[in-house]
Amino acid sequence: MTHANPLEPEEPGHHPGPSTYVKVAVILAIVTAIEVALSYIPGASPALIVTGLLVMALAKFVLVALYFMHLRFDNPLFRRLFVTGVILALIVFAVYLTTLFARGGAAPLVTGS
Amino acid sequence: MAAHGAAAAVHDEQHHSSTGVDNTKMAMWAFLGSECLFFGSLISTYLLYRNRVLDGPRPHEIYDIPYTSVSSFVLLMSSLTMVLALAAIQRRDMRGCRIWLLATAMLGMIFIGGQIYEFTTFVEEGLKLSTSTFGSSFFVMTGFHGAHVTVGIFMLLALFGMSMFGRLDDADGPRKVELIGLYWHFVDIVWIVIFTVVYLVPTN
Amino acid sequence: MASAAVPRRGMFARPTAKTGVWGWVTTVDHKKIGIMYGVTAFVFFILGGLEALAIRTQLAAPNQETLSADVYNQFFTMHGLTMIFLVVMPMGTALMNYFIPLMIGARDVAFPRLNALSYWVFLFGGLFLYSSFFLGGAPDGGWFGYAPLSTELPGPGMTFYAVGLQILGVASIAGAVNFIVTIINMRAPGMTFMRLPVFIWMTLVTSFLLLFALPVIAVALFQLMFDRVYEANFFNPAAGGDPLLWQHLFWLFGHPEVYIMILPAMGIVSDILPTFARKPIFGYAAIVFAGIAIGFMGWGVWAHHMFTSGLGPVANSAFALSTMFIAVPTGIKIFNWLGTLWGGDIRFTTPLLFAVGFVAMFVIGGLSGVTHSIVPHDAQQHDTYYVVAHFHYVLFGGAIFGIFAGLYYWWPKVFGRLLSEGLGKLHFWLMIIGFNLAFGPMHIYGLQGMPRRIYTYPDGMGWNFWNLVSTIGAFAIALSVLVFLGNVIVSRRRGEIAGADPWDGRTLEWSIPSPPPEYNFAEIPIVKRRDDWWYTKYTETPEGVPTPVHTGGVDVDDEDEDPGRHIHLPDPSYFPIVAAAGLPVTGYGVIYENPVLIAAGLVVTLLGLFGWVLEPSAEEGH
Repeated sequence: MTHANPLEPEEPGHHPGPSTYVKVAVILAIVTAIEVALSYIPGASPALIVTGLLVMALAKFVLVALYFMHLRFDNPLFRRLFVTGVILALIVFAVYLTTLFARGGAAPLVTGS
Repeated sequence: MAAHGAAAAVHDEQHHSSTGVDNTKMAMWAFLGSECLFFGSLISTYLLYRNRVLDGPRPHEIYDIPYTSVSSFVLLMSSLTMVLALAAIQRRDMRGCRIWLLATAMLGMIFIGGQIYEFTTFVEEGLKLSTSTFGSSFFVMTGFHGAHVTVGIFMLLALFGMSMFGRLDDADGPRKVELIGLYWHFVDIVWIVIFTVVYLVPTN
Repeated sequence: MASAAVPRRGMFARPTAKTGVWGWVTTVDHKKIGIMYGVTAFVFFILGGLEALAIRTQLAAPNQETLSADVYNQFFTMHGLTMIFLVVMPMGTALMNYFIPLMIGARDVAFPRLNALSYWVFLFGGLFLYSSFFLGGAPDGGWFGYAPLSTELPGPGMTFYAVGLQILGVASIAGAVNFIVTIINMRAPGMTFMRLPVFIWMTLVTSFLLLFALPVIAVALFQLMFDRVYEANFFNPAAGGDPLLWQHLFWLFGHPEVYIMILPAMGIVSDILPTFARKPIFGYAAIVFAGIAIGFMGWGVWAHHMFTSGLGPVANSAFALSTMFIAVPTGIKIFNWLGTLWGGDIRFTTPLLFAVGFVAMFVIGGLSGVTHSIVPHDAQQHDTYYVVAHFHYVLFGGAIFGIFAGLYYWWPKVFGRLLSEGLGKLHFWLMIIGFNLAFGPMHIYGLQGMPRRIYTYPDGMGWNFWNLVSTIGAFAIALSVLVFLGNVIVSRRRGEIAGADPWDGRTLEWSIPSPPPEYNFAEIPIVKRRDDWWYTKYTETPEGVPTPVHTGGVDVDDEDEDPGRHIHLPDPSYFPIVAAAGLPVTGYGVIYENPVLIAAGLVVTLLGLFGWVLEPSAEEGH
């Protein structure tokens, strides 16, 4: 049984400093700019845009979680707790949305003018 | 300068830990895991309803992408200032910590100000909670996100106040800043998802 | 134990009382909180039972008007809400609260004040929900609140539903976080995961289910509230609102919810059977992994509540298959319980009777459940009394029987005296006979077509006789509950003194006095194996027969008169009840559309939380 000392990091290994954090922030800003630009490209296929956007959003999500939230350097227990929630959410919401969008034979959803 | 009382408090909190990990940190991660389901429900509802617009404006008729991009950038940078606040207190730079905490709170307030302005503009342009399923799902989803940010701002200001009264000076201070930081970064992550999925992804 | 100067922080001094009303109001001791949960849940059990008796009186014969349709709707809705949210869940929580620290070798849960908050929020939420009867009408749209009926029902009832359940959800999710951290992080040295009692494992899985399922219904309830109070359109058909959205969100919570209700009872039974068979649980690892599997798979079956909602054959088939598969881990548990009893040296005490009753009744309920998994069958059975039979067999025959087993088993530990075996057996037999009389026939008249949720039925349908039998059974159940209450009263002063280990138990809670001292363990035990307490008392002959160890057990009558004097426990606090009190105030503000009340409640909660955060969990000096 070990005592956790709040002054020492849980793993004595690599511990990012302010410069790393600033670098991550710069990457986040650049990716955001690319995302916004991508959403404006005229004539690009929506499938391509959506895929690109989702990939970039995922990259930002992962960067903030791993570095700012320190998941990369912390006890794996935290990663497991959080990832379980994320994956569970993705799966159940994808499933139920699919059942609602793929209703065969039902009256079509109103899509407006 | 950690007083005996403070050390006893730390001892209490961390007296027994089968995994070597702090109880409150584990609790915060468990809570954030559950928040994924909360925001997932709100976002999936929005995805169901964003194209069901029998009345009132449609999403991309009303979204102002450049405007929202700026406020998204503000929130993103607030995560940077938050983690810099933690780094500061970890090296016992209390003044630095206070500055970065205040910066984070202020960036958060700018974000909320931006949200309020966006909401009032939408209402003026004919999109209300009661206008359509799109209106309902948009306002409830972003409204709850904004409420979470607001709670975060209160907690950051509370931390700032505690620091002014020397209550973050003991060995337990970094843990408290880290805890609020985790919550704050999560709220930022949710916005990363919302900004992309709601604003940027094209609608019909 | 109070220090000379009681700290003054904010307006009032830190409470120090450990006895009297104020002692209970400010307690952060998991044992006291567990008792409060149990007593409150039992009062709600009586209320829910009275609602059931009213329903059964109304349905005893055709064409009755004992209850009007409107009142009937309120009674069946509140019966469901009460039994699920105010009885089964909090009873489980009561036992979890009291016994998790004792079974893992800890002095309290991870967050004692959060624990107190959970109780007060539960109490206030339950009172809030019941106040609706006096404030314009109780919820009347069914416990499952299907929209758009629930969004459009007039009167405040369904708004009480939306807000009341929201408040109760706060209590449960706080408890879930508390128990998860406690079980993972506060185990005694040597208490590895695979040495934990099965009850603790089931509590851990239950807590994760709560953690992830409650947020989904929270969103659904907020959406319902916004539709009813603030003219939103989530479920407004005229605006394109989708009734299936409600159903999906509700059952995404609702299905894990049924596992939340049954897993603790399964855990209780898994610890009772070995004790009274004097054998270890058969297939410990399989039971544990089956419980975990149920936790995961429980997320994949929710739309079996929606087979007749028009999802289409692909979705229906997928969920039918997943529903059939979830019977497998459940079956594993049942065989392992039977395997535990097989060849055991069985003592037929009241806890054992209820535990065996649980297994038998749960099997029946599980079998009818499997018939629902077949979609064409479900099309016939859905919305009939056959479903009512099914869920009462698993929730009453299952969860409630399991809870009574736990109550009779652990009563001596909590109160220091045993409940009467004679009265206990009378309770059991009356209850199991009454239960089967009440709910067995529902399979029959359900398949004969009697729909659910009807306040009366016409003559000549062929349903009269069995409905009357059901009503008689319900009153027999009520009689059995009176026997239990009589047992409680009589045993208060005439019950046999229990001592630390009246059942010759296997797990750590039996190694400390009854009732336990405030600090639980004078010394935190060092655990060397599963069922460690048993093996300090007994070793085994080569034939596997337990023989007492001559120096076995711990001398609980310690010569040290105050072994706890060095032990530093968290101090009482009034902030949890203050923080809890703001929630119903905000709730009434929503009902009455009064922004001042809404704000006032939030301010009270905020002040409570603020004070709490600034207060250390224990004061210096003692």
